Amino acid sequence: MRGEVILSIAGVSKSYGGLMAVSNLSFQVRAGAIKAVIGPNGAGKSTLFNLITGLEAQLCGGIVFNGCHMKGLKPNRRAALGLARTFQTPQIFESMSVLENVLVGRHLRGKAGLFAALLYTGRSRREDLAMRDHCYQVLEKVGLAHKAHEDAGDLACGQLKLLEMARALALDPKILLLDEFAAGLTRQETEHMMTIVRGIRDEGVTVLLVEHDMHLVMNLSDEIVVLNFGEKIGEGTPEEIQKDERVIEVYLGTEV
Amino acid sequence: MSKYSQAALPRWFSLCVFLAFVAAFPAVSPNAYFLNIMGFAGIYILLCTGLNILMGYAGQISLGHAAFWGLGAYISGVLTAKFGWPPILALAASVTGTCLVALAVGIPTLRLKGHYLAMATLGVGIIFHTVFAQSASLTGGPSGLVDVPSFYIGSITIGSALGNYYFIWGWVAIGLLGALNLGQSRMGRALNAIKGSDVAAECMGVDTYRYKVIIFVLSAAYAAVAGSLYVHYINFVAPDTFGFMNSVLLLTMVVVGGIGSFWGPVIGASILTFLPEYLRAYEGLEVLLYGLILVGVMMFMPQGLAPLFRTLRLRFRLAKRAQGGN
Repeated sequence: MRGEVILSIAGVSKSYGGLMAVSNLSFQVRAGAIKAVIGPNGAGKSTLFNLITGLEAQLCGGIVFNGCHMKGLKPNRRAALGLARTFQTPQIFESMSVLENVLVGRHLRGKAGLFAALLYTGRSRREDLAMRDHCYQVLEKVGLAHKAHEDAGDLACGQLKLLEMARALALDPKILLLDEFAAGLTRQETEHMMTIVRGIRDEGVTVLLVEHDMHLVMNLSDEIVVLNFGEKIGEGTPEEIQKDERVIEVYLGTEV
Repeated sequence: MSKYSQAALPRWFSLCVFLAFVAAFPAVSPNAYFLNIMGFAGIYILLCTGLNILMGYAGQISLGHAAFWGLGAYISGVLTAKFGWPPILALAASVTGTCLVALAVGIPTLRLKGHYLAMATLGVGIIFHTVFAQSASLTGGPSGLVDVPSFYIGSITIGSALGNYYFIWGWVAIGLLGALNLGQSRMGRALNAIKGSDVAAECMGVDTYRYKVIIFVLSAAYAAVAGSLYVHYINFVAPDTFGFMNSVLLLTMVVVGGIGSFWGPVIGASILTFLPEYLRAYEGLEVLLYGLILVGVMMFMPQGLAPLFRTLRLRFRLAKRAQGGN
């Protein structure tokens, strides 16, 4: 399993009007790796994430995840295949408690439908307790368990990022897409996040991340893809990327 | 209780207290007139609870909810008055029929979001109103459908004010219990997630579109029961009851009471049913006072009245704890 290709992007393009946001992009992510996508603002990183998760439809090309063609699949079907993500600006369910937010991430593991809900059946109650148990453990893992019963809307920025991470992990994903998880975090919080991400990887979850913090990217990732104006301009290990002439020219600058 | 207790008990407790109060009410109530208004309040509570499930839990707006109320009323009314069906069967037919229509309406409209959904449901409401008024051979047209029988099961007729009171509130109890259970279930959480962030809910694996349709149909089912109760209660039905203004009234009740909260629709529907009755004493000024009260509530309590009760309860608890500490 580890080392096999789990996510394959092949010749994917997406345009908004005349603007090519992603242009004939191909790369692969191997299972159990941490892969980073970097590039200047407007390079198409967020669009790429939206294409992979199904929030937007690509113009052409194919995305294959875990042996399954993603074309035409709605985001919720892709989540069911084991694809979870976080958002650049946290998309938290504000009227719910922290634990309930994570429980939504666990949604697919439950079965109780409308009638079980209305009748409050014993089975749905037991299922719910088991889900709560699991989600509480996930919160403990990211270090947010002490906030479990507080309103999610009251959390600080760093805690929101942790909550999004916990919610995505509750899904038991095969691959986790992290969209700028360190943006707005303090040095200390970033270190904490990096420890969590490494822990996730060590448990066998593949990680694909978009990030601006070069220190973080170089330290954390096994492989890096560099985008510029929707095109791939480089791919390789952090060492290779740091030496790549073209990447240095358009993105890294000379100081790295 | 465990560290992740469901906090369900306190709410069940308050629902039981409330229903016990309702059950005991006729014993101390002044007269049949009062029971009568309580009956209407019950019907409005049922309607608003259903609307709150759609708008408050799932965050999907409907400006045509009275249409489903009307559809439930007309199906039940026409089947009993014109075709001699027993009301119990007519009630079942009205809920089934309304749900099917809601499904047919919901499948295309719930692809829309926000203002567009509001406009679409508004249009649906107007279409239904027109259908009720124009199908004169069945519905009696604009002047209404008369001679609708009171509810009966076998040889027992529910005709008295007291009988109707308990019959209506029995259904209200079922409706409230369902809404309470739904609110703290897996499905309730998914609906709340849709309200919070459609995109995030979808990415967590919630089939948002399907859930929206399911909840739209459920809220129509609440309205259908309310419609059937209504038509057998007043033995008459006319199209103007189900026009745009009453859709707005239902919405106002939910918002004044507190949208999204379990008790919101109960509080809002009760107050806005009783208020006009009390304002009758100020003849000529009643509409003005009514409007002023609504504006006042919205200006000073934009979350509605329900949070006010919660704050009072919390204060009471704090005060009690402070006393215990001394």
